[in-house]
Amino acid sequence: MTTTTTHPTASPDPASAQDAATARAALALGDDALVLSHRLGEWAGHAPVLEEEVALANIALDLLGQARILLSLAGDEDELAYLREEREFRNLQLVEQPNGDFAHTIARQLYFSVHQSLLYKELAAGDGPFAGLAAKAVKEVAYHRDHAEHWVARLGDGTAESHERMQRACDALWRFTGELFAPLEGLGLAPETLASMEARWLEHVGGVLKQATLTVPSGPRTGAWAAGAGRQGLHTESFGRMLAEMQHLHRSHPGASW
Amino acid sequence: MTAVTADGYEAAFDAALAADERIEPRDWMPDAYRATLVRQMAQHAHSEIIGMQPEANWITRAPSLRRKAILMAKVQDEAGHGLYLYSAAETLGTSRDELLDKLHTGRQKYSSIFNYPTLTWADVGAIGWLVDGAAITNQVPLCRCSYGPYARAMVRICKEESFHQRQGYELLLALSKGTPEQHAMAQDAVDRWWWPSLMMFGPPDDASAHSAQSMAWKIKRHSNDELRQRFVDICVPQAASLGLMLPDPDLRWNDERGHHDFGAIDWTEFQEVLKGNGPCNEQRITQRRRAHEEGAWVREAAAAYAEKHSTAQHTESVEATA
Repeated sequence: MTTTTTHPTASPDPASAQDAATARAALALGDDALVLSHRLGEWAGHAPVLEEEVALANIALDLLGQARILLSLAGDEDELAYLREEREFRNLQLVEQPNGDFAHTIARQLYFSVHQSLLYKELAAGDGPFAGLAAKAVKEVAYHRDHAEHWVARLGDGTAESHERMQRACDALWRFTGELFAPLEGLGLAPETLASMEARWLEHVGGVLKQATLTVPSGPRTGAWAAGAGRQGLHTESFGRMLAEMQHLHRSHPGASW
Repeated sequence: MTAVTADGYEAAFDAALAADERIEPRDWMPDAYRATLVRQMAQHAHSEIIGMQPEANWITRAPSLRRKAILMAKVQDEAGHGLYLYSAAETLGTSRDELLDKLHTGRQKYSSIFNYPTLTWADVGAIGWLVDGAAITNQVPLCRCSYGPYARAMVRICKEESFHQRQGYELLLALSKGTPEQHAMAQDAVDRWWWPSLMMFGPPDDASAHSAQSMAWKIKRHSNDELRQRFVDICVPQAASLGLMLPDPDLRWNDERGHHDFGAIDWTEFQEVLKGNGPCNEQRITQRRRAHEEGAWVREAAAAYAEKHSTAQHTESVEATA
């Protein structure tokens, strides 16, 4: 019974191989949204102005909604969120970076939202398994991007202090942006599409920063490890602590429903 | 002349109240009516803002993604309620900045309930069921409050609060019907939140400083004790269907009164919490102040940017017409 299906030389079923690749891609995108949503959730009760309590929670909720749909394509959302260890998470290193000050949070959001906007537009235009989800998400992401861009302008072109903080944040997170365009099997995006997305990302982010009187960072964009590391389950140190907090209660009551 | 005119205004105000009409921002109103409303609305707004903290404490630890989404949405709603209420208070000639400053310096209060800690996940459910339940019991009559902007804010707020309250109840129900550990967690939370929730209705009627005047002004429609009784009567059957006990050995149905009798509230504890000696008073206000202080550079940046860009536009338009 098992011999035929598990025989090492049997050619893989193309449909199930495709499904598995789709599930892995869904997991990666779902982890991005889940982890960034969690980070934004840490702001609740700490934002600089009440309108930002609303805005940051709003973005966090949109991302959590995306995460739930994507993780459900890959398996059980709660098992995936709460019972995997650090090395099994596939999110970008960018989204796991600690909140830092408000400028740091906004720089992270700008880099990610511009990326997500480009990505979901591509996916929505195609007919792959993510087209439907992307069509819905692209509307939310347009708002996230708009929010981040406005804050980059206000902080960059605000006071001397805010300018300096915004510049520092953009510089510090720059190294994590190369990974945004690493190929992700299962998404169905050709290498030239990714290259074109990266060029558009650089142009767009560069434009936003210049408009905000900021200098476009020039350092390496290879991440804490080689580019693509987060997608391989290689993360930065603060991520494990974040997961410990996120998963603690769920793991303390194995099998319970909530 | 002036005296006659003032009397005329006062008569018009009294007549509007008697006819159950709404007082609007541009209407004449007694200074004391204005001051009472500012105090009450500010305190209400502050409670929404400080009230985010005990629940936000669990956002990063929520045990399922569904519960996490519900909790985030709730905390977001609370910030929104704070914004409505500050806007409504501003119609009386104060400003959000001024009110926040009074909160940060302890000159204005917020609801005593938020000085209690959220020690387990079940507390999120107990807050939804009991604290939001008590708030709704208090606030539904405010939808008919004599001051129009406050009454209208309350209509919107009560709709969202009722939703939160049902979600809190549903959270507790899931725990109560879950594992023995989850059930115990739910019971422990109800044990800790029951009495503080009853204190949310304020001091007993014979010790309530503002009640009589507020009722005459139709800001308040029912006395503290009436609302507290109504809340107890609502909660008893709900606790039974939750399968949880209310921590009061004196709680029983009184056929003669048609209400539940209940035990004595520890008013000493209430006074201590009001004085700033509750379990979390210091922590709550410190976090609020810190968020405000650490956010100062962000608000300054936004103001500087707005100033620069409005000046730039103004210059452009002047040049264009020149």
